[in-house]
Amino acid sequence: MSILYTLQDPNTKWVLMGCIMLGISSGVLGCFAFLRGRSLVGDALAHAALPGVCIVYLLTGSKSIGLFLIGAGVAGLLATYSITAISRYSRIKEDTSLAIVLSVFFGIGIVLLTFIQHSASGNQSGLDKFLFGQAASLVHGDVITIMSVASVLLLLTTLLFKEFALLSFDPGFGRGLGYPMGLLDGLLMLMLLMSIVIGLQAVGVVLVAAMLIAPAVTARYWTDKLSRMVFLSGCFGALSGVLGTLISTQQENLPTGPTIVLSATCFFLFSLLFSPRRGILARLYRFVKLRNKVLVEDVMQSLYESLEELASRTRVGGVYLGISEDEIARKSGKSPAQVKRALAELRRRKWVVEREKAEGQAAWTFTSEGMKAAYPFILNQRLWDLYHMTQNQYLHVQIDQSREELAPQLTDEVLAQMLAQLEAYDLTPRLTESTPLYPMTGNNQGGVPL
Amino acid sequence: MNALWIILTGSLVAASCGFLGCFLILRRMAMLGDAISHAILPGIVIAFLLSGSRDIMPMLIGAAVVGLITVLIVQLLSHHGVKTDAAIGVTFTALFSVGVILVSLFTAQVDLDLDCVLYGEIAYVPWDTWQWAGIDMGPRAAWGVGGVFLLSLLVIGLFFKQFKLCSFDPALAAAIGIPVVFFHYLLMTLVSLTTVAAFESVGAILVVAMLVVPSATAYLLTDKLHRMLWISMGVGVLCAVFGYALASWLDSSIAGAMTGVSGLLFLLAFLLSPRHGLVTRAWTRRKIKVSEPA
Repeated sequence: MSILYTLQDPNTKWVLMGCIMLGISSGVLGCFAFLRGRSLVGDALAHAALPGVCIVYLLTGSKSIGLFLIGAGVAGLLATYSITAISRYSRIKEDTSLAIVLSVFFGIGIVLLTFIQHSASGNQSGLDKFLFGQAASLVHGDVITIMSVASVLLLLTTLLFKEFALLSFDPGFGRGLGYPMGLLDGLLMLMLLMSIVIGLQAVGVVLVAAMLIAPAVTARYWTDKLSRMVFLSGCFGALSGVLGTLISTQQENLPTGPTIVLSATCFFLFSLLFSPRRGILARLYRFVKLRNKVLVEDVMQSLYESLEELASRTRVGGVYLGISEDEIARKSGKSPAQVKRALAELRRRKWVVEREKAEGQAAWTFTSEGMKAAYPFILNQRLWDLYHMTQNQYLHVQIDQSREELAPQLTDEVLAQMLAQLEAYDLTPRLTESTPLYPMTGNNQGGVPL
Repeated sequence: MNALWIILTGSLVAASCGFLGCFLILRRMAMLGDAISHAILPGIVIAFLLSGSRDIMPMLIGAAVVGLITVLIVQLLSHHGVKTDAAIGVTFTALFSVGVILVSLFTAQVDLDLDCVLYGEIAYVPWDTWQWAGIDMGPRAAWGVGGVFLLSLLVIGLFFKQFKLCSFDPALAAAIGIPVVFFHYLLMTLVSLTTVAAFESVGAILVVAMLVVPSATAYLLTDKLHRMLWISMGVGVLCAVFGYALASWLDSSIAGAMTGVSGLLFLLAFLLSPRHGLVTRAWTRRKIKVSEPA
């Protein structure tokens, strides 16, 4: 109810519009910064903007965003140049030079800010709103400035989308194609700077970097396509802007910056946990599934090979006995509990059955359906083993080792050669669907294997 | 007398930060230090709300816990495929926001000014004194920072070899059986403790300056770790002295002025360091050119 009431206020409507545009533009530009590995550069630029803003105020005495934009822009360019210069011309690493520039510029900004506050005229300047951001302090003119700058930024990004994509993923290739990559990089930096400056008054110097980082990281969880990522990031930015502004209007004395940042962080946390492909839960689910699949396959293989050994020992046409759980566990190297679990799963698929042996211990064997599944699986395993053993004989064959199945990747000729080799190594799977696994008894199945 | 106390406290802050900062910049964790210094804010506020006083002990504990949590979260996020810089950015801004919101919500109970959060109020340090057995022992802040400084001197002194090896060649350190992860977290604990002890004097953000700038200056001046530590502490003290002078001349924030001075000193080292300075190297190159005519 109170939110609806707040929305009636025309001033709040303006502020909201401003924050939405702000969220979109910083979300969109943040994507490129994120992909270029420059997330924290935004932080440094934001801190560096403070002395620029203060100097402009000292010189002109006005608080218009347009003038601040110029001051912060100049300071930001100086900061960017300093960061590159320090890491290029000395042995100081990039991250340290970032921290140096960030803190020194901010320190100078604080000196100027306190200087202004302590001098008689500037007491009511409200410049300290810049530290944490207070969207409510935006006036109509500011919102107009924010919206026009944001629109220009969005327009430029749309026009130069292809070039920025190249810059983000493969600047070397772009240079090869003849694009002026250095110029584009500079332009991107300048646009980042502008989106930071228009965010200063709403989000504040300290936190404005989060508006660049959080939406981009969040969007990365939902897609692998740059255009979609940029779009989503813009949406997340806008949503955080709206949520944060509304929350901060509900409580007196609550700065907007932190609430916007926390809204963005909530979107990020949600994506981190629940994103369908990259989210922690989805990955955990896939991991458990894969582990179970491997376990079942290992147990299946051990059972098959034990039965195979038994068949070769008994030298009769079929295997009428089963393999005990202990034996499978020994052969596969799994714990008895794991073997039990895998066998339960296999029995659920009706691939194995349990028989009572004389000593009272359960013994397992394949059903004919299970054998139908196990034979090609084992053959595939053995073919891979053979391929890895004799790889240099098959160098001329194109094999994708990441695929599970080997046989479909081979020509008939090569397959025949490999099968012959398997036979020579005595690795041909001996048990097939037609191998009798059950004793012929007169009374029940009439000699037909189950 | 008050000026002396302020300079002393400032020097202690700068020296203890500069001391630990050397290890941070050698391990390329300058931005992690930045993150910790922002992120401890909620720890301080919660400790403050729970204990209801400005005692340094609860704050130290709260900050150390949150500092370690920050490092853990950053590592967890990088482990789950978030780029390290983005992970740092998301973590510290979120925690800092929580801190600011807590301060705003509990303004009545919390005697923490948001300005103080950012740039400290070292100027008020001399009035907040520590009474012990009825005797005025001097500013509490100086005692707090001094104590933490002693602690880090002690810890680093005891395990100097291990820290040194972990800073320069963590792989080798791990190979010869040094628990690298343990020393990593130990260092992070010390950084968190120092940050919170310095917090009252120089604020959350300028701590970073004291952590990084003097040690980077020292890094340009020497190739030996123990000399780097000494120089870094010396530069820190210089920052405090000249920073105080600058601040009283301009009537501005002392912590900010200290940072400004540290930037100036860094610039001097950057240009004029005997071996790594920009101007010095250009000069040497010219001399070589002149001395071998074609």
